[in-house]
Amino acid sequence: MNWEVVIGLETHAQLQTKSKIFSGSSIAFGAAPNVQANAVDIALPGVLPVLNREAVVCAIKFGLAVGAKIAPRSIFARKNYFYPDLPKGYQISQFEIPVVSGGGLAITVGSGATATEKFVQLTRAHLEEDAGKSLHEDFHGRTGIDLNRAGTPLLEIVTEPDMRSSAEAVAYARTLHALVQWIGICDGNMQEGSFRCDANVSVRPMGQKELGTRREIKNLNSFRFMQQAIDFEVQWQINEIEEGRAIQQATVLFDPDTGETRSMRSKEDAHDYRYFPDPDLLPLEIGDDWIAEVGGGLPELPQAMQQRFAGELGLSAYDAATLTASREMAAYFEAALASAGRENAKPVANWVMGELAARLNKEGLGIVASPLSAQQLAGVVRRIADNTISNKIARDVFDALWAGEGKDADAVIEAKGWKQITDTGAIEALVDEVLAANAKSVEEYRAGKEKAFNALVGQAMKATRGKANPQQVTDLLKKKLGG
Amino acid sequence: MSDLINSSLRDLSAALAARKLSAVELATLFLDRIEKLNPALNAFITTDRDKTLAQARAADATLKSGDGATALTGIPAAHKDIFCTRGWRTTCGSKILANFISPYDANVVEKLDGAGMVTLGKLNMDEFAMGSSNETSYFGPVKNPWDVSCVPGGSSGGSAAAISARLAPAATGTDTGGSIRQPAALCGLTGLKPTYGVVSRYGMIAFASSLDQGGPMAKSAEDCALLLNAMAGFDARDSTSLERPQEDYRRDLEKPLAGLKIGLPREFFGAGMDADVRVAVDAALAEYRKLGAVTVDVSLPNSGLSVPAYYVIAPAEASSNLSRFDGVRYGYRAPEYADLAEMYSRSRAQGFGDEVKRRILIGTYVLSHGYYDAYYLQAQKIRRLIAGDFVAAFKECDVIMGPTSPSVAFAFGAKSADPVQMYLADIYTISTNLAGLPGMSLPCGFGNNNMPVGLQIIGNWFGEAKMLNVAHRYQKATDWHTRMPGGLE
Repeated sequence: MNWEVVIGLETHAQLQTKSKIFSGSSIAFGAAPNVQANAVDIALPGVLPVLNREAVVCAIKFGLAVGAKIAPRSIFARKNYFYPDLPKGYQISQFEIPVVSGGGLAITVGSGATATEKFVQLTRAHLEEDAGKSLHEDFHGRTGIDLNRAGTPLLEIVTEPDMRSSAEAVAYARTLHALVQWIGICDGNMQEGSFRCDANVSVRPMGQKELGTRREIKNLNSFRFMQQAIDFEVQWQINEIEEGRAIQQATVLFDPDTGETRSMRSKEDAHDYRYFPDPDLLPLEIGDDWIAEVGGGLPELPQAMQQRFAGELGLSAYDAATLTASREMAAYFEAALASAGRENAKPVANWVMGELAARLNKEGLGIVASPLSAQQLAGVVRRIADNTISNKIARDVFDALWAGEGKDADAVIEAKGWKQITDTGAIEALVDEVLAANAKSVEEYRAGKEKAFNALVGQAMKATRGKANPQQVTDLLKKKLGG
Repeated sequence: MSDLINSSLRDLSAALAARKLSAVELATLFLDRIEKLNPALNAFITTDRDKTLAQARAADATLKSGDGATALTGIPAAHKDIFCTRGWRTTCGSKILANFISPYDANVVEKLDGAGMVTLGKLNMDEFAMGSSNETSYFGPVKNPWDVSCVPGGSSGGSAAAISARLAPAATGTDTGGSIRQPAALCGLTGLKPTYGVVSRYGMIAFASSLDQGGPMAKSAEDCALLLNAMAGFDARDSTSLERPQEDYRRDLEKPLAGLKIGLPREFFGAGMDADVRVAVDAALAEYRKLGAVTVDVSLPNSGLSVPAYYVIAPAEASSNLSRFDGVRYGYRAPEYADLAEMYSRSRAQGFGDEVKRRILIGTYVLSHGYYDAYYLQAQKIRRLIAGDFVAAFKECDVIMGPTSPSVAFAFGAKSADPVQMYLADIYTISTNLAGLPGMSLPCGFGNNNMPVGLQIIGNWFGEAKMLNVAHRYQKATDWHTRMPGGLE
């Protein structure tokens, strides 16, 4: 039988506010346990939550970026359950009326000729607080509780069950991951748990309308694990059904060591969270003026920018997508472009995606930390375009600028004497010298050895320390030898 | 000295300002009374002479320099043990917090300390403010100073008994369904529950968040006005605190009552009220007419639904508010348990008393999947109807009056076996909490066995100054509020 895979994702994006969603504590990662937990965070008797306005701004930004509806009035609710790292015995979340509903993300699945486009619809996104951490290691027979994370603002982003493969799920997650960083609401650090995904996975016979019973894979903190976990889960579900066993609704965990998913709790163990509106908080009211104010500060979105790069600059879809992988990358490209001129869009793109990206990658640097400024890179491209230097020399100029040996390409070229020799008379004299000094190679070439020609070109270039225009050298040599 | 214990806050303030009396002398007077009389009354859970006197000395220094002195500087007050007080034990009347020392002050405590008041100690109360007789306190019941075989009312029973017995000239209380007004009535004093949002709830241990409101308890309306001036005000740490200009609640105290329209809800004057209470309330209304007020009949048709709606909403919120008392971070933890689930269940089973458990069970039930709509949502709709009744009634009158409690103080054990009978003790007070309205109780005579009767005044939203005016003019014409129980010493 042919099976169709159905996947919906729930993502918890930690919002980049300075303080917690309902208290003034810092949310910085990595502090000693419990030092960033104040009276409100540890739920002392009598304390009360106060909503952090910045968290709401993040939600509005997200809603606008995905074309969703931003609720004029949404409600914070209490989700009640007992756990040692949940200090109040309830989590403040949103239930019936979330701040953001609808909208969606366009994703590209695969690359090159086989790439396909898809639109993933969002159900909702709501604000909530994170719980603390239970530390089971290091305490023999006991559990340590760190409440630094308790109260950290989260945006939970829920999709419709729109994805049909692990590849689509990963493509969606990557696009979302890039977007939340692009609009500056989440740092996207998956290792530190700033961006965590849960995948709801089910299978059904191809063509069947009703959804199969789903199992939820919790806490996928890398795209690779997401792919592996979903692939394993899908195969497991298909096997179960084909062997005559029904799927039971359950929450499962992925074990990266075994590559398998295993059940954590079944539907029977599911909590009754007893949601009800939190009487300590007023309804969240967002007026059109606030939405407009936040919208005014929103950057151009990656999708719009890609279309602009492809349309106005004539870049390929792949290049446009690569250059908009992050807002920093796009900003660098645009700055370089502004300096190099739009006619140089393609070479600027190539340098940014090629030499620069490779070097940054090698040195483990982000583009904002690039030793080479966008203007410096543009200077290199301009000097290639006007034939001042060859592509080969350009790499040396790039290296020199990277090493800080000069303020711009022109200064490096001047200081190093790397200006390309384009004077035909000078090159002709040089070629004559080379021919005279390398009679043996000339002999061999005339005898039919093509390799000998390359040796002659090499000698000519060497004599000018690379400064001669290689094309001119080649043309002249051919002319003289052939004549 | 007996004039000092009966003095108004205004007179005490004047004596302190004139340096005829020091804050230390005044605090010592009350500390000595507490030491002598509290064992019989059990109004205080915690006292600390050193702390109190240190505060009094600081107040004297302020009074001496005059720098930063207020009308309350040097005046002693005691706090219901629901308010967190830095460095003092804050028990909320429960075993689960029996050893809890708060690292921070409640907003109300901060404000009264800031005004220079001197803390005499922490007052007994029904456990987590759940009760109308003070019989649910882990620290034992408070006795009514008018008759120690009777309850003082609840949940602010310690506050009421302390003022009634002149162990303190002023106290804080909280009122979720009548917990300031009912004990004020049963102990013969004046208490005010402000409009919801006027006094910050920060640091006031939550029972039912949408109903809880702190307020002053004292001998007279004038004293309450002075105290409310210091207690009220916006607090950014409480999202339900109202951002309004600071008021002087004394501003209208002396206004004549000629032409005042007093609404008498027919639902408050029906069969539920005891005859002796009725006599005292009727006499008070006659007095008001003498003062120039007119009475008009009004109706609160949904008030019969207030007790059932309250006993859905309050336990629902309480069941969630009390989840934090889990034995993990502070408070009582069972000495032995096999695993996490047992740590929770034993700590809570041993740490909470029966009434608290009953309400947690009710609250958990009404919020459960499949019952939420039938109970909680329905109760919230009733709440809106009740508020609507008041809106309509206040079109006909300036204030509403009636009995605070259907009976005078009852004997210990009289209602504690039947929760529903106990819940009905708050039948006249609960609807104001559901509507968020301000309410007061003031003494208006004595009923059976010479026990005090309370007159309730319900004001319109933010009508505190009006209520205080109405109460004060009555207290200028009568002397019920100056009566003090005899035979204590």
